[in-house]
Amino acid sequence: MIFAFDIVILVFLVIAAIISLSVKDLLSASMIFGIYGFLICLLWAEMGAVDVAFTEASVGAGISAVLLVATVYNTKRKSSD
Amino acid sequence: MLSKVFATIAVVITGGILLYGVSDFPGFGDPHSPANAGVPGQASISQYFITESYGDTKVPNIVTSVLADYRGYDTMFETVVIFAAGMAIFAILRVVGDDSERKPRRKQESSFTNGDHSRIIIGTTCRLLVPVIQLFALYVIAHGHHSPGGGFQGGVILAASFIIIALAENLNSALKRLSETNYLKIACIGILIYAGFGVMCQVLESDFLDYGVLQPILMTDGPEMARSHSMLGVEIGVAFTVTAIMFAIYANLSSRGLLRDGL
Amino acid sequence: MSEFVETVLRPHFNFWVYVILMMIGLWALIAKNNLIKKLIGLSIFQTAIILFYVSMGVKENANIPILDHHGHEEHVVAHAEDGHAGAHDKKAHVEKSDHATGSHGESHPDATSPDPDTMANPLPHVLMLTAIVVGVATLGVALSIVQMIFREYGSLEEDEILEQVKAGNSDG
Repeated sequence: MIFAFDIVILVFLVIAAIISLSVKDLLSASMIFGIYGFLICLLWAEMGAVDVAFTEASVGAGISAVLLVATVYNTKRKSSD
Repeated sequence: MLSKVFATIAVVITGGILLYGVSDFPGFGDPHSPANAGVPGQASISQYFITESYGDTKVPNIVTSVLADYRGYDTMFETVVIFAAGMAIFAILRVVGDDSERKPRRKQESSFTNGDHSRIIIGTTCRLLVPVIQLFALYVIAHGHHSPGGGFQGGVILAASFIIIALAENLNSALKRLSETNYLKIACIGILIYAGFGVMCQVLESDFLDYGVLQPILMTDGPEMARSHSMLGVEIGVAFTVTAIMFAIYANLSSRGLLRDGL
Repeated sequence: MSEFVETVLRPHFNFWVYVILMMIGLWALIAKNNLIKKLIGLSIFQTAIILFYVSMGVKENANIPILDHHGHEEHVVAHAEDGHAGAHDKKAHVEKSDHATGSHGESHPDATSPDPDTMANPLPHVLMLTAIVVGVATLGVALSIVQMIFREYGSLEEDEILEQVKAGNSDG
């Protein structure tokens, strides 16, 4: 556990969460949500939870972003907010 | 607008109460906090896992041993939840047979598949990459005892290799490799493997998922190694179900349940 | 400044961020109009809960919860000897191997019983590992429902869908 690393990742995490919710293009929102997943995967690895980090790297950053993109492709890309 | 005001009030109240509660938490990284060391006078279950799990199961990765042995019943029904999620998507989205009543597709030709040159490059790269990804996934499943990994992670990576085929070429060529009947069968077989290990223990007159009694069947030296090997079998069952369901979710979502010309 | 970091920021910063992420997710769930934005908010809420659990299990200067099994060869040898000795009688073999593992814990304390303070708490990791995978499966179900809603109403905006629902009710 490295505390400076911890703080930096947590701050980026909050920024990524806010941006992915505030951007109007849903494809961008999905991709930034993927970035959020990778950041939180880094955070798990840094806190010593290697199994959780592995799961998050494959699931959170990989599959869930792809599922969101697939849904955006089949519905609408523009969002009102 | 009203909903935003209401949301802000609700969120600020909830967050304020939680932030107030945080000040009473044990410090971050405190090895003697109640969650890590238990309350005084009572032994902590997590300390028991750290000190005794290697002697009980001969698995160095404590997370895997807790996941598949001590909490095996829980993990079995987590797998069933994933299976149920796959079945729910099948029930909600899947369209079998004729789709003439449905609305025409918004876009006739996907913008991703225009331009043959980029498709050649992407297709060739993925064809070279997919075997490596699948080998790595099998390694992750089989080596979950000694390193981070296990059935869930390996299964998701294995599903990702099929999703890459679907993304690089099209959904049909991925479904040619793992068709709908096959993935539904694989999902069922995964849960049956898991439950089979449990029932086998019951047949040998022990508790459900008490792998130690499988020692004569698995021909290991000692019940600990039987637990270790049974965990591998259980992880393979989990990996079957997770692979099949993750690919099923992607295939149904990307093609609106038609299972052809998707993303 | 360094005193502030040590006494206030260091023990609670992770928990503050968990509350902030949870607030962001909750706000998105209530206030956002787009259904996919709501689902992203739900996922952020979920990771906030996972962050809370994993933060609880962190120990200062602790290792990852995977044991260093350098005593492995000795164990194998010991068990092989057991198997050889008890090969004639199965019952005796089981008893003997049980006995052998019991005594092993005492003879190799470094391999079988590590100090709990040097290793991160594995229990929250186990709970959250399955939670993440189940989370993505339920996200898939939610996205399929969103696709069905879009197929029915042609929109992902909550207010437009609600208007159509109300109009449909007044017609019927």
